[in-house]
Amino acid sequence: MKSGFQNDEKERGLVQKFSIVGGDFHHAGYVSTQIKEILKELGIDSAIVRRAAIAAYEAEMNVVMYAHRGIFTLEVTPEQIRFLVEDEGQGIPDIELAMQEGYSTATPEMREMGFGAGMGLPNIKKNADRFEITSEVGKGTCLNITIFLNQRKSQ
Amino acid sequence: MKLKEIKELLQAELICGENHLETEIETACASDLMSDVLALGKPGMLLITGLTNVHSVRTADIIEAKAIVYVRGKRPDQEGITLATKKGIPLLTTNHLMYEACGILYCSGLKSVKDTGK
Repeated sequence: MKSGFQNDEKERGLVQKFSIVGGDFHHAGYVSTQIKEILKELGIDSAIVRRAAIAAYEAEMNVVMYAHRGIFTLEVTPEQIRFLVEDEGQGIPDIELAMQEGYSTATPEMREMGFGAGMGLPNIKKNADRFEITSEVGKGTCLNITIFLNQRKSQ
Repeated sequence: MKLKEIKELLQAELICGENHLETEIETACASDLMSDVLALGKPGMLLITGLTNVHSVRTADIIEAKAIVYVRGKRPDQEGITLATKKGIPLLTTNHLMYEACGILYCSGLKSVKDTGK
């Protein structure tokens, strides 16, 4: 699953890619757990690691629940953590609506797993310093999540 | 409140994590929806839930909960127990309903996650 460090690691910081399989509820959360371990090993402040882990978990669950497959790219530089989560799937017809707390198109199976309460995207936004989402219906969704390492987010 | 007091108050059985019974826990959050736990949870809290799949443990790990109590006598599957052991998260099960378990702990002084400034 891991792609290993890239050649330009020294210049760009750590870059690592993970694949996520849509519908694989059993392994859902596996990538985020690994990312949390990596961030902890890098010695990043624990409050920032926790925020990043929550955003990563929500993003990963979105791919598992709604897409066919996805690639989760982790980039860490001395200034920031960046997650690029690109999936191939149904896409989101109305992003504004999807960003509202409580709005959900989850299936009963997703809810049985404890997810699909319509809190995912708003929770990513809450934990990120910068959050961009683009989506094309029938093609997929891209999340661009940034968490700064040198400033504390006020919550 | 120490985890061993929570265990006694709820007449709970410890599933794993015997060496964590002296852990101090200040707050709790109860839900079967891990989406809500991810949104509301605070580090160091107790998670009270009826959801027994591995996601209860994964979510607890992500939000840095200190322990999980499963209600209505429910027990996590082996994968959940293995992950919790690896992550150092003690798991308990009580026969109380979620409402009862929350009431007992709240009346005994365990605060809600909402009551902390963390």
